[in-house]
Amino acid sequence: MARERTEILTGIILEEQARLSLRELCEACAVHVEFIAELVDEGVIDPVGYDKSHWCFSGTSLQRIRKAKHLQRDLGLNLAGVALALDLIDEVQQLRAQLESFSDTGHE
Amino acid sequence: MEFKDYYEVMGVKRDATQDEIKRAYRKLARKYHPDVSKQSDAEARFKELGEAYEVLKDPEKRAAYDQLGANWKAGQDFNAPPDWDAGFEFSGGGYTGGFGGHGGDAGAYSDFFEALFGQGFRSAGQGGYRTQGGFQAPGSDHHAKVLIDLEDAMNGASRSFSLRVPKVDAQGHVTTSERVLKVNIPRGVKQGQHIRLAGQGNPGMGGGKPGDLYLEIEFNPHSIYRVEGRDIYLDVPITPWEAALGATIKVPTPAGRVDLKIRPGAASGNKLRLKGRGIPGNPAGDLYVILGISLPAATTDKAKKIYTDMQQALDFNPRARLGV
Repeated sequence: MARERTEILTGIILEEQARLSLRELCEACAVHVEFIAELVDEGVIDPVGYDKSHWCFSGTSLQRIRKAKHLQRDLGLNLAGVALALDLIDEVQQLRAQLESFSDTGHE
Repeated sequence: MEFKDYYEVMGVKRDATQDEIKRAYRKLARKYHPDVSKQSDAEARFKELGEAYEVLKDPEKRAAYDQLGANWKAGQDFNAPPDWDAGFEFSGGGYTGGFGGHGGDAGAYSDFFEALFGQGFRSAGQGGYRTQGGFQAPGSDHHAKVLIDLEDAMNGASRSFSLRVPKVDAQGHVTTSERVLKVNIPRGVKQGQHIRLAGQGNPGMGGGKPGDLYLEIEFNPHSIYRVEGRDIYLDVPITPWEAALGATIKVPTPAGRVDLKIRPGAASGNKLRLKGRGIPGNPAGDLYVILGISLPAATTDKAKKIYTDMQQALDFNPRARLGV
């Protein structure tokens, strides 16, 4: 039987190996430059680089921007609300992870 | 196809006001938003909710939906009557994209929705997207979640995934096609991380460059290991005598069995760290063994006698700290 040859794709781990320019980030998240600039002002993501034309972002920014976009669109939040929601979501996640490790060893 | 009761989905009465519907949507959207909720079915619930809201928030769609009658029950087999929307004038509100954070694309709607509100609305809503001479646009990026095994992250592997890709044809019909991809899983990848595959997103138009594909990594639940970041946790039962006297026991690790030394006087819940035996990386994760003492059942006379002997020989009160 003839087997179809499929190419094996190799990618990079976004969170560890990726550095994105402002333009790449806009494309990847399908947002405007202004939206990203507002998120930077709000402290939701932190760019590396002195001014806007040299801004560079880590791979984790991409996920934060996508989440911010969804929260804004789906829940009608303004950017300050988005920033707060993202921080609280992070905190809840950490607490959930802690809770899990406690309940694993809690029968001491 | 199954009938969908949009009022039931939103938890509102059939005579709810538009304001009540909006409030119900906001409340449920906060509850089931996939970025917020950890419920396993949150994403499906959120999509369902978005679809219900898409219909009920729009007085035209709502009126059309209402005239199907109140006797339908969710899940009932349903076929749209031939002229079901006769007499309704749709102003072509189209898709407002008010939902669907995770797949706000057209493919996010159910067959039921498509049958009722599919083509007419979409072609009205997505005008201006026809390819014309000289028009060029880069393809959009595509995001998908994939499941891998812990072993894949330990050793690296190549895995095949089939992704469902929604496509809108020239008539505005939505079809989903299956696309099979073979991808190298990098050794050391963690849960929640993303693999970016350049150029594997949606194709560009008119020679525009294709978008990228992002795969979010999620681990299949493992039968014995729990994973947190790069650390791996393993519950290991030991006997009372191993705990009391100390022992060297065999424990499994994803890289093979190892000998583990247990100090005398070990207790349930003790956590032993095997440095660097977690998911590889820089730094590599650790493997944590959590001890739990298992008691042999006193089902035979011999076993009963041993417990009775212990009871008589040992002056042991595990509840001393409780003052009883």
